[in-house]
Amino acid sequence: MIDLISLTLAQARDALRKKDFSATELVEAYLAALEKARALNAFVLEAPEHARAMARVSDDRLAKGEGGPLEGVPLGIKDLFCTEGVRTTACSHILDNFVPSYESTVTANLWRDGAVLLGKTNADEFAMGSSNETSYYGPVLSPWRRRGSTTKLVPGGSSGGSATAVAARLSAGAIGTDTGGSIRQPAAFCGIVGLKPTYGRCSRWGIVAFASSLDQAGPFGRTVRDCAILLRSMAGHDPKDTTCADLPVPNYEAAIGRSVKGMRIGIPKEYRMPGMAAEIEALWRRGADWLKDAGAELVEISLPMTKYALPAYYIVAPAEASSNLARYDGVRYGLRTAGRDIIEMYEQTRAAGFGKEVRRRIMIGTYVLSAGYYDAYYLRAQKVRTLIKRDFETAFAAGVDAILTPTTPSAAFALGEKSRADPIEMYLNDVFTVTVNMAGLPAISVPAGLDSQGLPLGLQLIGRPFAEETLFALGAAIEQAAGSFAPEKWW
Amino acid sequence: MSVDTETVRRVAHLARIAVAEGELENLRGELNAILAFVEHLAEVDIAGVEPMTSVTPMALKTREDKVTDGGIADAIIANAPAHEHHFFLVPKVVE
Repeated sequence: MIDLISLTLAQARDALRKKDFSATELVEAYLAALEKARALNAFVLEAPEHARAMARVSDDRLAKGEGGPLEGVPLGIKDLFCTEGVRTTACSHILDNFVPSYESTVTANLWRDGAVLLGKTNADEFAMGSSNETSYYGPVLSPWRRRGSTTKLVPGGSSGGSATAVAARLSAGAIGTDTGGSIRQPAAFCGIVGLKPTYGRCSRWGIVAFASSLDQAGPFGRTVRDCAILLRSMAGHDPKDTTCADLPVPNYEAAIGRSVKGMRIGIPKEYRMPGMAAEIEALWRRGADWLKDAGAELVEISLPMTKYALPAYYIVAPAEASSNLARYDGVRYGLRTAGRDIIEMYEQTRAAGFGKEVRRRIMIGTYVLSAGYYDAYYLRAQKVRTLIKRDFETAFAAGVDAILTPTTPSAAFALGEKSRADPIEMYLNDVFTVTVNMAGLPAISVPAGLDSQGLPLGLQLIGRPFAEETLFALGAAIEQAAGSFAPEKWW
Repeated sequence: MSVDTETVRRVAHLARIAVAEGELENLRGELNAILAFVEHLAEVDIAGVEPMTSVTPMALKTREDKVTDGGIADAIIANAPAHEHHFFLVPKVVE
């Protein structure tokens, strides 16, 4: 008997169609794996009954030959997506017992195509973090450890539970959200593939909002193909989100294996940061060589505004967050802490409900939007954002098809290593990913190798708006050269 | 720019988050670290640059002006900490 959880999403999908095994058998295999992996804390809610019921429906459809594109495929869903009748908390105390009476568009699309909900995955509180340490439900442990060491490492964040679920073979695929790197950074830390689609490619309806002009849902997979399959089901027009693009959804999977010959790949010189680890630089060079070997042409480009992306992000994102999170007032849903009057009730509820990082960002956002400071901070940041986007537009106008960079400045770090330091040190993790959100572009992180301690490192490819197919083709070329990586099971 | 304790207290109140006196000083340090970090933006020449309002070029869509949802009061109050007769309950606001 084959080990069902070792199959990629694409392999499982094909085998289910051929009736090699049933959706129920596949779900049972994953539920058993989940149970044994509780030490990783990847899931904040396991949904075995839900999963079994969905698998039974899938088996009926498969038996009739009516299976959808994801029929019977078990997925982990970041706890930021509202799931009807299934507790959704954004990993915050303030949404403790929130049970949505509606389904997010992205998850509804997945269920329409036959996917099975295994459970809700852990994440940083309201997706604010780069290590999954700000979750009210405790940190997620990476399935990876340094060679010969038992030090607990972070899986990255904010979608750390989703990345861990896929890397540790606890789900066939997973979905997350990416506001500044929250899919790509954990994908890189966990040795899997993660994609942030173009802003507007997936509907944001029913996703707990963090920073509305930056948030985007995206897939995690063990392979580039798995991500392509998931994105096709997730994406598409939704009248309930006015920023959701009314564009046809291509068959992304068809881009896998497509030739990259003649593509122009930009190497941005500003990403060669002073003090950058030699291993990261070597990995980047190796990635460029792989693409060259596959027939692509490399060109040096300049993105001069790069160093201003993180500072601008730490104005725009908290500003939008402070406004979005104003809704948590203890009146309509979630936690309520009593007060003498309504203002004190709001203040006590929000003090008790929000963790330290969320409070910090709400306060920064409130400050930069307050009377007298708006122009100096928020308006200036939005102007800088125009310039950041212009950098990319200039590169693309000069004929660049995609841009290659490292995903992160380092491999995964230890639990507590950065969360105790000043907040900026944690923020610097997103230095290579955040520009992409500021410009609304698509980007994929593909595992490209292991460092000297045996930890995975990722390479990022940034594409033109709505050119996800180009990223899948290029990502597959890197994947083919680099191979794939799996942690040794210790849990 | 950096903030003093009084500003931290004022911002906390604007954000409707109770902050204990003993936490103000710590919070002030954290906020000032972030403000110092974003200060780099002052170097950028933004003369004549339009602020970004939409990250992807798109015309704002409009929808038909008609009711598409409703009659779901039970669902709306289902998660409320306190409710009565389909109303949310809050502490007394008017004397």
